[in-house]
Amino acid sequence: MEIDDPRPVAEPLGRLSAAVGTPPTPQLRLRESPLAITDAAVLGAPPVLEVRNLDLWYGPQQALFGIDLDVRRNSVLALIGPSGCGKSTLLRCLNRMNDLIDGVRIRGQVLLGGEDLYDPAVDVISLRKRMGMVFQKSNPFPKTIYENVAYGLRIQGERDRRVLDEAVERSLQGAGLWEEVRDRLDQSALGLSGGQQQRLCIARALAVRPEVILMDEPCSALDPIATGRIEELIFELKKEFTIVIVTHNMQQAARVSDFTAFFWLGKLVETDVTERMFTNPRQRITEDYITGRFG
Amino acid sequence: MSTGLRDWMRRGNGLVWLSAGVLAFAVLMIGGLVGLIAARGLGFFWPAPLVLFETPAGPVLGEVADREPARGGEPGRIQLRVGNRDLFGQDFRWYPESELRNPTLPEDALMVERSEYGVFLGRVKELRKDGLTVSTGPAALDEALERLPGARKAQAGIRAVEKGEVGRLNTALEAIRLERKALERRPDPARQPQLDAREAELRSRYADLEGRLDHLRAEAKRLTVLLEAWDGQVKEMPLPQVVRLVPSNRLGLPGKLKVYASRLWEFVSDDPRESNTEGGIFPAIFGTVMMVLLMSALGVPLGVLAALYLREYARDGWLVRAIRVAVNNLAGVPSIVFGVFGLGFFVYTLGGSLDRLFFPERLPTPTFGTGGILWASLTLALLTVPVVIVATEEALAAVPRFQREASMALGATKWQTLWNIVLPGAMPGILTGLILAMARGAGEVAPLMLTGVVKLAPSMPLDGTFPFLHLDRKFMHLGFHIYDVGFQSPNSEAAKPMVFMTTLLLLAVVVALNLAAIRIRRRLRARLGGSTF
Ligand SMILES: Nc1ncnc2c1ncn2[C@@H]1O[C@H](COP(=O)(O)OP(=O)(O)OP(=O)(O)O)[C@@H](O)[C@H]1O
Ligand SMILES: [Mg+2]
Repeated sequence: MEIDDPRPVAEPLGRLSAAVGTPPTPQLRLRESPLAITDAAVLGAPPVLEVRNLDLWYGPQQALFGIDLDVRRNSVLALIGPSGCGKSTLLRCLNRMNDLIDGVRIRGQVLLGGEDLYDPAVDVISLRKRMGMVFQKSNPFPKTIYENVAYGLRIQGERDRRVLDEAVERSLQGAGLWEEVRDRLDQSALGLSGGQQQRLCIARALAVRPEVILMDEPCSALDPIATGRIEELIFELKKEFTIVIVTHNMQQAARVSDFTAFFWLGKLVETDVTERMFTNPRQRITEDYITGRFG
Repeated sequence: MSTGLRDWMRRGNGLVWLSAGVLAFAVLMIGGLVGLIAARGLGFFWPAPLVLFETPAGPVLGEVADREPARGGEPGRIQLRVGNRDLFGQDFRWYPESELRNPTLPEDALMVERSEYGVFLGRVKELRKDGLTVSTGPAALDEALERLPGARKAQAGIRAVEKGEVGRLNTALEAIRLERKALERRPDPARQPQLDAREAELRSRYADLEGRLDHLRAEAKRLTVLLEAWDGQVKEMPLPQVVRLVPSNRLGLPGKLKVYASRLWEFVSDDPRESNTEGGIFPAIFGTVMMVLLMSALGVPLGVLAALYLREYARDGWLVRAIRVAVNNLAGVPSIVFGVFGLGFFVYTLGGSLDRLFFPERLPTPTFGTGGILWASLTLALLTVPVVIVATEEALAAVPRFQREASMALGATKWQTLWNIVLPGAMPGILTGLILAMARGAGEVAPLMLTGVVKLAPSMPLDGTFPFLHLDRKFMHLGFHIYDVGFQSPNSEAAKPMVFMTTLLLLAVVVALNLAAIRIRRRLRARLGGSTF
């Protein structure tokens, strides 16, 4: 199990959260902590995604057991848990990427705006457009920066150069990359640094204007500075999008998320508002995991 | 075992040495083969000294071509290239070494390359115009050398008219003949007189042209050289029939280099002469390149599409595995079998049907119902498709899974992902397949012999007459040329260097095509993986 050394919250984040958040609601502050404070507005927001009693098998082997989980609008949900506990699997259920794997069997429901994703009538392609995904390893296409961001629109048949230009600029700005790459849009994306590539992948996901952004350990291959930038970005993005993020980094989960869900051996052990989870977990095993006394 | 040796083994040094040795051996063999071919071929164009020997039967002038040392009771022998086939009956002759005495290098000895009967060895006796002597002896040689370029140019002009204007008129007349034949079945009274008028006009132009050509030909024949062999026989011939005058013995290094360059250029740029044993092989180079390009254009899409389905869409099961095995084994089927298939299916079945459907007025003369460059290329495309399929499958499998997932996660369909991400990513691998296919296809001869190659093609598959690309035409090919010149030639001794040269050129063509593909591949690779972290 890998848990990073504790490190101070990146400086800009404090300013940001102060700028973004409404004043913290006192009754939520169970204990004094340096953690980000969940917006009261988010707590009452309607759920965008509802996972209902979800089971999943890879062939004969069951990987998820009866998961029940809500993701509220404009919130950040962190999925944590030891390696192999099914975080990625659950994340990939949310945009049906598991369909691409042979032998996967799923039972239960995932509701997006009240509509079951696994209903046979659902068009997977248009569903995936509503769910942006950012992968653990940055995976830009071997194309130019511009073409990477424009890809999602191009495959939807968008040809109008003005629309594409506008979307590329908006998305790169949204991903905080615009200033760095505005002069080299026609250069290969593979020439960017690792952190820039990851933000490019975020921009690429933003370009198709998804409702939910799924991130699978987006910072695990990045250095602390690049990680800090992505975390800032997540803070900005949640104003517009709903975010589900898998992370192994407890500090990161504490810093960026409003809600946290802890998984163990394919089961959802507990889920709660992040502060409560980190300060006062209900289950013993959660506390062990969070404090690093696990195993 | 000493610790030193054990340590040496443990590091795998033995294996390193073994592999290096095997590689060196392979390089040596290939280098030796290419070197031999190059030496035997390229040396042929160098002007060799013309040696005069005394023999019991009189003086003999020739190039020393070969030498056999004395062995056992047999005395040593020397082979001379004596030329003058029209006078002596054969170009090459063996002499016992003891019979050749007093070698000298006469200054006025001359090799005359002619457009007929091979070379003439001897000297210039006179230069004549309209049968009257202009100059004699060495002065005649100098004047002949001076006038030769002009005479050659005039001759080339005649050839151009014969091939160009006469050819065009013939094509037009043939078109009228075909239309008349078509009219017999669907009579059209209005068209008939138009055709008559057009034909009359063409025929009168034809007659004009004939007149002009006759005049030019007569003009060209006025200047003649009187040549004398060393045994005293003489031969008079029009100057334009001389291709090159090479007074080897009095040429310095620059002069020899000039002759060498001119011969080499003739070889790669000119048409063959004398049943392919002389002149150039340009049509064969052209035919080879065009056939390979056509084959690639037909075979690569076929292979790529097949591999795409096999790798990306077909559900992995016993059927797919069986097909894969079959494809791999297809690469081991003897090429002549493909040739037979090409003849039976493409030429007779497909070509025959095309003729009945689209060219009925030309029957019984077949258009597509006989061998041609299209059928040959298709046959070779089939032959090389397994290579492309295997290479493409590997390349598709090597495209990283995370790139596909990124595309799918953005809402791309499988087909869009394949087209936009996977295929471009697999392109370098596909090009590797193309390179292997070209190398294999360019060297194949057997299937071509059944599907459209000829020893001498009257016209090329790409030329200036409409519709410019003639896929139905037969063509010449370097590989077949090697076989034809080397083993079917009436004058095999003279053809030997041609075989080496042609082989060298075939290698050069294959290498050039491959280098082009490798360049493209390198550029693609750079674009796909210029990762800088
Ligand atoms: N394609 C697959 N085929 C079969 N089993 C799989 C597949 N992917 C994952 N699994 C199994 O499902 C379980 C959950 O895997 P998952 O990748 O979701 O874990 P994770 O929580 O994301 O782990 P990590 O933190 O290491 O990324 C594991 O036991 C894994 O072995
Ligand atoms: Mg994972």
